[in-house]
Amino acid sequence: MTKLTIDGRQVEVPPNTTIIQAAEVAGVEIPRFCYHERLSIAGNCRMCLVEVEKSPKPVASCAMPVVEGMVVHTRSDKANKARNGVMEFLLINHPLDCPICDQGGECDLQDQAMAYGSDRGRYEETKRAVKDKNMGPLVSTIMTRCIHCTRCVRFATEVAGVPELGATGRGEDMEITTYLEKALTSELSGNVVDLCPVGALTSKPYAFSARPWELRSTESIDVMDAVGSAVRIDVRGREVMRVLPRLNETVNEEWLADKGRHACDGLQNQRLDQPYVRGANGKLQPATWAEAFAAIAAKMKGLAGNKIAALAGDLVDAEAMYALKQLMTSLGSPNLDCRQDGAALDPAVRASYLFNSGIAGIDQADALLIVGADPRREAPIINARIRKRYLKGGFRIGVIGEKLDLTYPYHWVGATPDLMAACKPPEGSKAPMIILGMAALTRPDGAAILESARRVAEQTGTVKDGWNGFNVLHTAAARVGGLDVGFVPGPGGKDTRGILDAAGKGEVGVVYLLGADEIDTAKLGKAFVIYQGHHGDRGAHRADVILPGAAYTEKSGTYVNTEGRVQRAERAAFPPGDAREDWAIIRALSEALGKKLPFDSLDHVRAGMRAANPIFAALDTVTKAEWKPFGAAGSISATAFDYPIKNYYMTDPISRASRTMAQCAEEFVMGAKARTGTHG
Amino acid sequence: MSVRQLAKQQPASFAFKPEFLERAKKIIAKYPAGRQASAVIPLLDIAQRQEGWVTKPAVDVIAQMLEMPSIRVLEVATFYTMFELQPVGKRHIQVCTNLPCQLRGSDHVVKACQDKLGLGLGERSADGQFSLMEVECAGACVNAPMAQIGDDYFEDLDAASMGKIIDALKRGEKPKPGPQNGRVHSAPMGNFTSLTEDPTKPIPKQDLAAAKAAFEKAKAEAAAKAAAPKP
Repeated sequence: MTKLTIDGRQVEVPPNTTIIQAAEVAGVEIPRFCYHERLSIAGNCRMCLVEVEKSPKPVASCAMPVVEGMVVHTRSDKANKARNGVMEFLLINHPLDCPICDQGGECDLQDQAMAYGSDRGRYEETKRAVKDKNMGPLVSTIMTRCIHCTRCVRFATEVAGVPELGATGRGEDMEITTYLEKALTSELSGNVVDLCPVGALTSKPYAFSARPWELRSTESIDVMDAVGSAVRIDVRGREVMRVLPRLNETVNEEWLADKGRHACDGLQNQRLDQPYVRGANGKLQPATWAEAFAAIAAKMKGLAGNKIAALAGDLVDAEAMYALKQLMTSLGSPNLDCRQDGAALDPAVRASYLFNSGIAGIDQADALLIVGADPRREAPIINARIRKRYLKGGFRIGVIGEKLDLTYPYHWVGATPDLMAACKPPEGSKAPMIILGMAALTRPDGAAILESARRVAEQTGTVKDGWNGFNVLHTAAARVGGLDVGFVPGPGGKDTRGILDAAGKGEVGVVYLLGADEIDTAKLGKAFVIYQGHHGDRGAHRADVILPGAAYTEKSGTYVNTEGRVQRAERAAFPPGDAREDWAIIRALSEALGKKLPFDSLDHVRAGMRAANPIFAALDTVTKAEWKPFGAAGSISATAFDYPIKNYYMTDPISRASRTMAQCAEEFVMGAKARTGTHG
Repeated sequence: MSVRQLAKQQPASFAFKPEFLERAKKIIAKYPAGRQASAVIPLLDIAQRQEGWVTKPAVDVIAQMLEMPSIRVLEVATFYTMFELQPVGKRHIQVCTNLPCQLRGSDHVVKACQDKLGLGLGERSADGQFSLMEVECAGACVNAPMAQIGDDYFEDLDAASMGKIIDALKRGEKPKPGPQNGRVHSAPMGNFTSLTEDPTKPIPKQDLAAAKAAFEKAKAEAAAKAAAPKP
């Protein structure tokens, strides 16, 4: 440990830290633009200059390692004068357009200019102007404002793993650009907007729409993938204006994937804001809640329990699934499933469906085998974490599946899952890890693959005392929560495939879709379909009765992420029109069906959930799951995987309704297709 | 210096010709495995020698050869002004117009080029033979004004000698590089102005004791003068 003095405060830090990091330990804030704790050190903005005793010149504290006995002054006249000079130079070429800049009010340069800037300039020449660059549909560029901190360049190269950004030219003509002005092909591109300390890179969909001081922030959880990233939802009135990441070291660090960030405009489109009932003419007619419930009650009357089935979708909160499960139980139906993709997960063994090592556990792993997963598109945050681990070195990665560009090099084992049984981690590996994706588990031989993966994990030391590297990567935010509340077939009940088959054959009369849109609705046959959800998507098109529910930003709901972390999404705005919170709809419906459920408030529902499964009592923590045998032995066919996410930007009702996501899909996924005459 | 970017019109492809490829491979082999990116500047130079300028396909080919992202190669190519990003003539004339050259008459040199070639600064002749450009200091101020044509420096220019050089180039001759006014390298024109003594003769010995005595005497006289009462 090295001892040094910063502004008269003694601190002790590890020997290879820098002055700026030591200052953070001492509780002294040093202004900075280019320095960012998650990126490599550039040392080019010079804003973090401090005075170090016995040093002839001010020192860039972000790049200077601490030395025993160092005496640092961060607020001395010398340090302040140096920063005033740096600020004056930065402002020479920075435009005075704060009133029309989207960064206004949350701009590092604006804030620091208040502290270190002069109230008048001495510069009388012309300012430079820089051509704006095209960085795709998410990032808007006003490059004249750029101060060349190169945070975006370092983020793209290091974290996102897409080295497409760079600084061309030099001196006054230095410009940040993508190669040939192509859009940044990353699922994490929105983060460069957060990183940009000025208004050079701003959010394109959010451009000119709100000022930070008009917004009301709610801390919540992202549900666009199963990572459960911590987010902040900013609303004005009842409109969600933007979603920003929050710091959560164990999950998303401080990043957020583009879908979680930018799909929020889909919350305004295609919304179900009142109940509908399919009339005699075969068309959906607006109805009141009472009429909708009456239509359901009429259909349910006298129907045997096993003729009723329920499916839960990808964005549903655990409370709604718990409530619907209670309702189905009281109706005597064992036919319910939350795995609308038909994944062969074993609900009885919690360890069989969790990312057991935890997302932060990736940092400890020293070998990784990815089977049937595409982490880059299924969970970009986890992919960034894998890349971060890879960059540290000593990390061997093997992939079974398609040869995908995952932003880090790997050893390609083969395309088919039968190769897994022969896989071994490299010699001397202490903490190997397996990531099993949904592409492997949704196949007909999914249970056999799960069993084979368990065996490999047990034999290779992937699961042992103190380390569990058996990881299932989910694609749906609701999945683990659904399995934890037990929204799975009861004794003799049908699973998703069984329900769809039975509905097609007419054996199931009523199918209750709780936000379930990713199923083949054509297979539902002549069944009476109740759709409860927030968007007029596939499920609603097929429905006979539509019950309008609340989206994740409009209710307080519990979600369990892929590692089994119980987290709560909070209400940032109210649902539109007559739409209600989902648990309340089910509670009201139960009364109309004469099977009144025993809860009257969200707290009652949660008390019931806690009683049924104690993991729901431990918020924001991961309860380690016990390792038990799971899966079913069987033959594994040597066929290639069919990945669930083909278009990253459109995977759920919200992102399908989002204009921004449609633009991204056009730019990145359908880019190869020729444009037609109707394009601008 | 203006903003440097890739030319709008680009050839469809680029490939190193065998002799250039051999040179490139030799350079790459100088660096340890995994550090091939260090060869980016020499490779860009080789590509420029082959094509006359750095093309976008060349940037991509070099990036692929060195296993680095294309943008990193582009960063280097745009950083150094010696890499031509626009097509230049077979004879690329770069006239220095920085202060020392301008004081010594580089404006006349530029004018002579423009008149002889019918080109403006930054232009290329229609037949692709000549292009003209002004550059920042090329480090030959002692022989100002100067122009660089290809790899050669032509120094101590004036309008007439520049015209002669261009005429010779037009005829396909190879004019002699270096000072054009008869100077030898950067030695002075005409006679020496200092160090004119014969360096082979010994330096005359000085009588230090006599010099010291004279100095002491002058000092004593001055002191006596100061001490004497003023009339």
